[in-house]
Amino acid sequence: MIEVKGISKKFNQNQALDQISFTVKQGEVLGFLGPNGAGKTTTMKIITGFWQPDQGSVYVAGIDMAKDSLSARRKIGYLPETVPLYDEMKVFEYLKFVAEARDIEKDNLIPHIKSVAESCGLQDVIGKSIEDLSKGYRQRVGLAQAIMHNPDILILDEPTTGLDPNQIVEIRDLIKKVGKEKTVIFSTHILAEAQATCDRVMIINHGKIVGEGRPEELAKTVSANAYHLQIKGEPGNAIQALQNLSGVLRVEIVNQGSENFEYQIQPQDGIDAREQIAQCALGHGWLILEFSQQPTSLEEVFRVLTKESN
Amino acid sequence: MNKPHYVRTISVLFKKELMAYFNSPIAYVFIGIFLIVGNWLFMNPFFLNNQLSMRYYFVILPWIFLFLAPAITMRLWAEEKRSGTIEFLLTLPITNWQLILAKFFGAFVFLAISLVLSLSMPIALSFLGEFDLGPVIGGYLGALFLGGAYLALGMFISSMTKNQIIAFITALVGCFIFFIAGADFVVGYTGGALAEILKFIGLGNHFSSIARGVVDTKDLVYYLSFIFFFLWLNVRVLERKK
Repeated sequence: MIEVKGISKKFNQNQALDQISFTVKQGEVLGFLGPNGAGKTTTMKIITGFWQPDQGSVYVAGIDMAKDSLSARRKIGYLPETVPLYDEMKVFEYLKFVAEARDIEKDNLIPHIKSVAESCGLQDVIGKSIEDLSKGYRQRVGLAQAIMHNPDILILDEPTTGLDPNQIVEIRDLIKKVGKEKTVIFSTHILAEAQATCDRVMIINHGKIVGEGRPEELAKTVSANAYHLQIKGEPGNAIQALQNLSGVLRVEIVNQGSENFEYQIQPQDGIDAREQIAQCALGHGWLILEFSQQPTSLEEVFRVLTKESN
Repeated sequence: MNKPHYVRTISVLFKKELMAYFNSPIAYVFIGIFLIVGNWLFMNPFFLNNQLSMRYYFVILPWIFLFLAPAITMRLWAEEKRSGTIEFLLTLPITNWQLILAKFFGAFVFLAISLVLSLSMPIALSFLGEFDLGPVIGGYLGALFLGGAYLALGMFISSMTKNQIIAFITALVGCFIFFIAGADFVVGYTGGALAEILKFIGLGNHFSSIARGVVDTKDLVYYLSFIFFFLWLNVRVLERKK
């Protein structure tokens, strides 16, 4: 549905994007992750046709953005980071303007606006002035704007930034609902959100893609899953003993109670160190309360990948 | 894109532009100031001259426009950039020309509405005695073209900056330079071909000939070319920003 081929963009001396390529399949929800200034917004602006890349090309539903930008733009609904609202307008007035500018059929205009407003939960504020809306409602109006022409593709730039936890859940649910039928790319800082909402995530840093895949796949590429070990009583030199095992990369105390000690043990890539750890514990006579393998969190993946590329 | 569709999109955007003026109190303040200042400056010497003519009104009008046109155009792009709506507009399936024409016509019709409201003056004067309508019609026509030229230039300048104050001052200076370029005291310093070029470029020269009631197609073509040129530059600025 979206094909990005080797796009680069430079602003003055700053290489914002460096040969980025990826594809997004129809009906897929792609999460875009990366630190501030990594190139997420630039990529989105290029896909939507707001900017042109210095190099490379973008195909939207098979249409070359450089050759037929207008047709390509018709397929896309875009919610920029700064929600594009005219504060002096009323919600209905704004949505009507968007619908007309998007060339919605005149006969169907009002019922269509109403149904879009309803799907974004805007019924209660439809007659209100936009400047009087809360941030959550502003975001909903922005989303209504983006889905007004029933686009196949939705590009959402940090749609939940600055919202309170309740509003975040509401917007996330709305994205999930919309994402069932459409191809969605959205960027976020909240990793749990990406994990919960996306089919696939892409981590970008310094204008390059540093990781890509399903969250759990990505975790495997970064490091083997860590082990969690809980021991009763004071085990003495446990850290040292565990650290000395050949398949172990590092050991950290994660919780130190009066009776229990909890450790996080990171094995080396591709090595199953469970047996060695169990033998080590038995050899030292530690009383094991819990020994489990934990999936690497997306936070960890993000931290490792962006650090590596720095 | 077919023709009716092309024009319909412009008209949707144009309506939004025009509504934006009247949705805020600034439009009313603007029109109020225009009418008060214009009438006051005109009426002050009117009774002293003891002449039933609006000639003097069309002498001061270009100077009032020098401030008013940049005040209209300064926010045209700056406001869209500030509120982020520029991203919405430039990712709509519309051409840059459609967007720029809509913005230009919005500003132009707003200026025209201000001018229409000032018609109360010639109407009132016509009751005072024999009144030559030719120069008045010419004057208003010239004012529309001159205003259009100022707006096109001001809009182009505002597309290059995010700062409204800079847009206002630069547009004011730009309009002033083009207005006086062909004035006698400027042309007097130069000579030969340059003087002829300056006379041709000067917005003021073309205005005064129309305001005398002489509507020459040469002047109209000049104004239309001037407007088209700066709108085209504006399109180029939008393209370059991509």
